[in-house]
Amino acid sequence: MTAIIDIQQLEFAWPGSAPVVQLEQLQLQPGEHLFIQGPSGSGKSTLLNLIGGVLTGFSGEIKLDGQSLAKLSARQRDRFRADNMGVLFQQFNLLPYLNLVDNVCLPCTLSKQRRAAAVERSGSVKNEAKRLLERLQLPPEQYQNRSVAQLSIGQQQRVAAARALMGAPTLLIADEPTSALDAQARDVFMQLLLEELQQGATTLLLVSHDATLAGYFSRTLSLEGQN
Amino acid sequence: MLLPMAVRSLASRRASVLLTVFTLALSTALLLGIEHIREQSRAGFFNTVSGTDLIVGARSGPVQLLLYSVFHVGSATSNIRWPSYTQLRDDPRVAWTIPLSLGDSHRGYRVIGTDNAMFEHYRYGEGQGLALAEGDQLDDLFAVVLGAEVARALDYQLGDELIIAHGTGNTSFKLHDNMPFYVSGILQPTGTPLDRAVLVTLEGLEAVHIGWRAGIALPGMQATPDQARQRDLTPRQVTAALVGLNSRMQVFHLQRELNSQRQDPLTAVMPGVALQELWQVVSLAERALLAVSSVALLIGLSGMLAVLLSGMQQRRHEVAVLRALGASPLRISTLLLLESLLLTLVGFLLGLALLWGGLYLLQQPLLEQFGLHLTVVTRLSTQQWQLAGFIVGLGALGGLIPAFMAYRMALVKSLGQRH
Repeated sequence: MTAIIDIQQLEFAWPGSAPVVQLEQLQLQPGEHLFIQGPSGSGKSTLLNLIGGVLTGFSGEIKLDGQSLAKLSARQRDRFRADNMGVLFQQFNLLPYLNLVDNVCLPCTLSKQRRAAAVERSGSVKNEAKRLLERLQLPPEQYQNRSVAQLSIGQQQRVAAARALMGAPTLLIADEPTSALDAQARDVFMQLLLEELQQGATTLLLVSHDATLAGYFSRTLSLEGQN
Repeated sequence: MLLPMAVRSLASRRASVLLTVFTLALSTALLLGIEHIREQSRAGFFNTVSGTDLIVGARSGPVQLLLYSVFHVGSATSNIRWPSYTQLRDDPRVAWTIPLSLGDSHRGYRVIGTDNAMFEHYRYGEGQGLALAEGDQLDDLFAVVLGAEVARALDYQLGDELIIAHGTGNTSFKLHDNMPFYVSGILQPTGTPLDRAVLVTLEGLEAVHIGWRAGIALPGMQATPDQARQRDLTPRQVTAALVGLNSRMQVFHLQRELNSQRQDPLTAVMPGVALQELWQVVSLAERALLAVSSVALLIGLSGMLAVLLSGMQQRRHEVAVLRALGASPLRISTLLLLESLLLTLVGFLLGLALLWGGLYLLQQPLLEQFGLHLTVVTRLSTQQWQLAGFIVGLGALGGLIPAFMAYRMALVKSLGQRH
């Protein structure tokens, strides 16, 4: 079986400074969940940006689903991200002028592959969006008339998770997705996210400084700070 | 996929967007409207007299002759003697002549002595003749036909009496009040200086000047209307004549003949040539108008840019989201460009609707109040198409700036926003 993420001898440094990311080896099998924990400045986000394909100029090898990132052009990396990755940030994940369902549908407008997956699962893109929102305890009947701005941050993050999961991407990368949430909202979010992930074969890579999240994961990697 | 999103994004900023579209619409309407008025007034100007081959008057400059004979501005320094006029009228090459006798006025409006050839042969615009809105032609010695504007401004009805004043000042103290005229007909609006004219017969003018010498009424020499009717009222002179020829080929020949004739020095000009000369002077103002409205367009466009650019900072996270979803920088900047194009296009179309609606509503008032004859054409002239392309092109060009900014934002090497 091909590893979803296969990293060998990875090293990245901003010009003129010490390396921020140094990773001898990291492999993630399909369906595996990895928590990368570390203080700020430990290179967590940089690692995600490298895997996400927006940051280049590393040495070593990053293979995603057997594809070597270094061999892809900028356009191909964008395409790969559109087809295979769900991305979650700490906040501001949603477009305020689209309603919840349309926000969740966005990945399918940019990727035929994910559109096809969504249609196969629920019959139509809209149905799949509604199904996912429901799974994340945001029944559309209840929330359809609300704008993004009317939701709590916890609810917004769940909508963002639904979007990241739309069209069954192979890899979900999340950068501090719970950092803007209080403890209770964080637990609800993590439980719902992981429950939905169990249904599919999506691989999760989550980075956070919050060590308490480790309890939700079978694998944890700790990065050390530079200071 | 891009278009609906651009629309939704614009809709979410509707207040500022509407304002921008409206500014653009106004400047479009202004620019195209001024161009329209410019074209129409130019056409109106050149169409003041059409179908006339030569304008003949006493020896003077062509522009001056045109000014007093057609535009009724200024006055002639001397006249054509009647025998010279009849000789011209009876020339075998001449198809028709319209005599014009100027010098008197009625409450500020020029009185023009002429005959019924005026109604038969005078042409303006694209060959339209004069038409009476009501009443009859000049069939009586004291009959008067009023231009549309005169009748409206002075509120004259058929049969009303009016007194002609000697001279052309606004307030003349020398009235021909011994011989009142009556309104026999009222012309339809033409958009030419004839709207402001009072037409009488040559003989009528001769009659009111019985007993006048060198602009002064000699005491006791005047006649009553009934006495005048008994007299021989053959005119002694006319101021100018509009001439139509049997064959256009003879224009140059006859013109040279008249210009070089010795016994009564005359000037004959072709209306088109003289109009062109006069237009050189007038066109300065129209170009200034166009320049002013171009500035208005620039203001409209910079307003649009201001709205688009001020929104860019808030859209930083929109760009980040689209980036994370795998949209390429090119695609994101296309979205922004599409937005400005959409704004410009909607503004332009609204401006066009505004212009045509406005023209439709203002057409009648403009003709009545200003004698400005505007036709509503719901298609654009070549010039206007060029302006339209210019407006939309500038809008798209302006849209390149926010599009470029978005492109730069999209190149940030990080997923999500960095603070």
